[in-house]
Amino acid sequence: MLVVSLIAFVMFRFIGDPVDQMVGLETTLEERAKLREQLGLNEPLPIQFWHFVSKAAQGNLGISYQFKQPVAKLIGERLPATLELSFVSALIALLAGIPMGVYTALRRESILSKLFLTISLIGISLPTFLIGILLIFIFAVILQWLPSFGRGQVVDLGWWSTGFLTVSGLKALILPSITLGLFQMTLIMRLVRSEMLEVLRTDYIKFARARGLKNRVVNFGHALKNTLVPVITITGLQLGSIIAFAIITETVFQWPGMGLLFLQAVQDVDIPIMSAYLLMIAFLFVAINLIVDMLYVVVDPRIRIGGGEA
Amino acid sequence: MSEALLSVRDLVVEFPTRKGILTAVDRVSFEIARGEVLGVVGESGAGKSMTGSAIIGLIEPPGHIAGGSVHIAGQRVDNLSQEAMRRVRGKRIGMVFQDPLTSLNPLYTVAEQLIETIRTHMDMNERQARERAVALLDEVGIPAASRRIDDYPHQFSGGMRQRVVIALALCAEPELVIADEPTTALDVSVQSQIIDVLKNMCAEHGTSVMLITHDMGVIAEAADRVAVMYAGRVAEIGHVRDVVQNAWHPYTKGLMGSIPTLMQESDRLTQIPGSMPRLTDIPPGCAFSTRCPEAFAGCFVDQPECRNHDGREVACLLYEKGDQP
Repeated sequence: MLVVSLIAFVMFRFIGDPVDQMVGLETTLEERAKLREQLGLNEPLPIQFWHFVSKAAQGNLGISYQFKQPVAKLIGERLPATLELSFVSALIALLAGIPMGVYTALRRESILSKLFLTISLIGISLPTFLIGILLIFIFAVILQWLPSFGRGQVVDLGWWSTGFLTVSGLKALILPSITLGLFQMTLIMRLVRSEMLEVLRTDYIKFARARGLKNRVVNFGHALKNTLVPVITITGLQLGSIIAFAIITETVFQWPGMGLLFLQAVQDVDIPIMSAYLLMIAFLFVAINLIVDMLYVVVDPRIRIGGGEA
Repeated sequence: MSEALLSVRDLVVEFPTRKGILTAVDRVSFEIARGEVLGVVGESGAGKSMTGSAIIGLIEPPGHIAGGSVHIAGQRVDNLSQEAMRRVRGKRIGMVFQDPLTSLNPLYTVAEQLIETIRTHMDMNERQARERAVALLDEVGIPAASRRIDDYPHQFSGGMRQRVVIALALCAEPELVIADEPTTALDVSVQSQIIDVLKNMCAEHGTSVMLITHDMGVIAEAADRVAVMYAGRVAEIGHVRDVVQNAWHPYTKGLMGSIPTLMQESDRLTQIPGSMPRLTDIPPGCAFSTRCPEAFAGCFVDQPECRNHDGREVACLLYEKGDQP
C-alpha cells in the first residue's frame, strides 16, 4: 500500500505542473504563486508526501483539478457502479466456470465438454473490448433486447446507488458483466478442470472409491473440495483484476464507474483522481487478498491448526 | 478348495498403448480361502498391484479386464455394473494402499471419513456410526481414540495414519482386504506393527487378506500362502514355508537367494542376472526364460501352464512331467 501510495504521489508530483492545468493563460504570476501556496506545492517533497498519506488515510484524497470537487466524493459516487459490475461478473464467472470445469474434468470425452473447451479458448483469446462490441452488436443492435450503454435507472440508497432494484438497471448490467466475466469464467473453468483432473488422480480419491463411496460423494464431496483451495486463490486475485480491468468494459459500455472516471482523468491530466484511483485499487487488492487468506483457513484445516496441537 | 472366498480364474488385464496392447496381467489364477492370508510377491511391474486393482474393479482407464473371472464367495464381480461394484467395494472387499500420507483426504477429519464410509455401507445413524468409528480406531491401536477421532489426517504420524487407513478399509466388515504394499512407505520400525495390526484385525474378524508386497520378510511373517508373480504371470503358489525353504521355480529360487539371512555365512547375495522384460516384448515361451539359469530349449518355445502338484502350483517346464527336483 505504502509503495503504491508513493508511486501515486510521485505521479501526482511530476506529471506536469497542475497549476498550469487549472488556470487560464491570463493569470498573473502572483496568483499562480498564491494557488501554489494554497495547494501546498511549495513544501519539501517528503512533507508533501506525508501530508498526502495522512490525508489519504483519513479519506481525504484531495480535490480534483478538473471538477473542483473532493476526489473522495467523486470516487464514492462511481464506486458502487464498478463494484456492482465487478461483483456480478465475478458471480457469473464462478457460477458458470466451476460447474463447467467440473463437467469437463469428469466427462472428458463428451461432446459438450469439447464445446466448453472451444468456447473457453475463444473467451481467453478474444480481447475484452471486442467481446463487448460483439455483444452490443448482437443483443443491442440486431436483437434490440438489451441496452448498449449506461446503467439504466438507479435507486439511491443514501451513499450507495444501486442498479439491482430496477428492471432497466438489471438489464443494463447483463451485457457488461458478461463481457467482463467471460475471460474470468474461462480462466476459472480451465483452472477447475486441470485441478480436478489432478485431484482425481490422487490416492485419496482412489481410496475413497475403494471404500465404496458413491460417485457423487467422491466427485463433489472429496474431489471438488480439494480443488477449491487453488481456485479460491486465483479467484481472489482475479476479483481484484476484474475491478481494475473494468476500465475497458466501462469504456465500451459507457458504464459510469471508476474506470470511466479514471480514463476521463487521464485525458484531463487530473492527477488527484488518478492517484486516488490507484490507491483505491491497491486497497481493494490488499483487502481481497486478506479475505482470500482468511478463506483458506476455513477450507484447509492444515493451515487452521498450524500443527499447534499435533 | 471348495470354500474359497476369492477365486480368480485366468484374469487378463490389458492396456492399449500406442505400441500395441500391453498385457499387465496375463492369465492369472489363484484362490484365497476364508480367513487366509495370501502374500503376493514380485518385482515392480510384475502385475501384483494391477491384479489387486482388477479384483476391486478400480483399474485406471484405458486399462481393462480383457478376460477371466473374479468370484467373491461364489458371486461373480468382474462383470458387475459400476453401481453394483461400488456396493461391493468397501462392503465386501476393502483395500489398503501403499502410502498412508496420501490415501486420506487432508480436508476431512478422521471421524468424517470413517462415519461417511460406515454409513455408506451400514444402516446406522450418525451416533452409532461414530461409536463404531471410535471402537475401530481403538482396535487398530490408536491411543485416546475418542479424542483423536476429530483430528485431521495431518495430525497423525505415518504409522498412525496407516492404522486409520486399515480401520477405514475394515469399517464395513469386508470379507476380503487387499493390502497393496501397506508398509512400503513406512519406517522400518513401524512396519511390523502395522503388519501385526492388519494380521490381528483380520484374524479376529475372519477376513481374508491379499497382501501385496515385494518384501519377503513381510510375507514370511504374515502370510499363510504366497504367490510369486513375474511379468504379469504367476510363477509359483504354495505355502510360505515350502516356498521359502524349498522354492521350485527358478525365479523364486533366485528371489530367495537375494534375501540376506542371519543363518547363512556368505559374502555376497546372489542376484538374478538381467532385468524383467518390458511388458510389450515378453519373450515367447516362458517369460523368465531369458534370465533363467536352468532354461532348456523348450522354455523358449512353449509357455508353461501353472500346474498343481500336491497343493503347490508352479508354472515351469521343469516340472511339467510331474517330476520333483
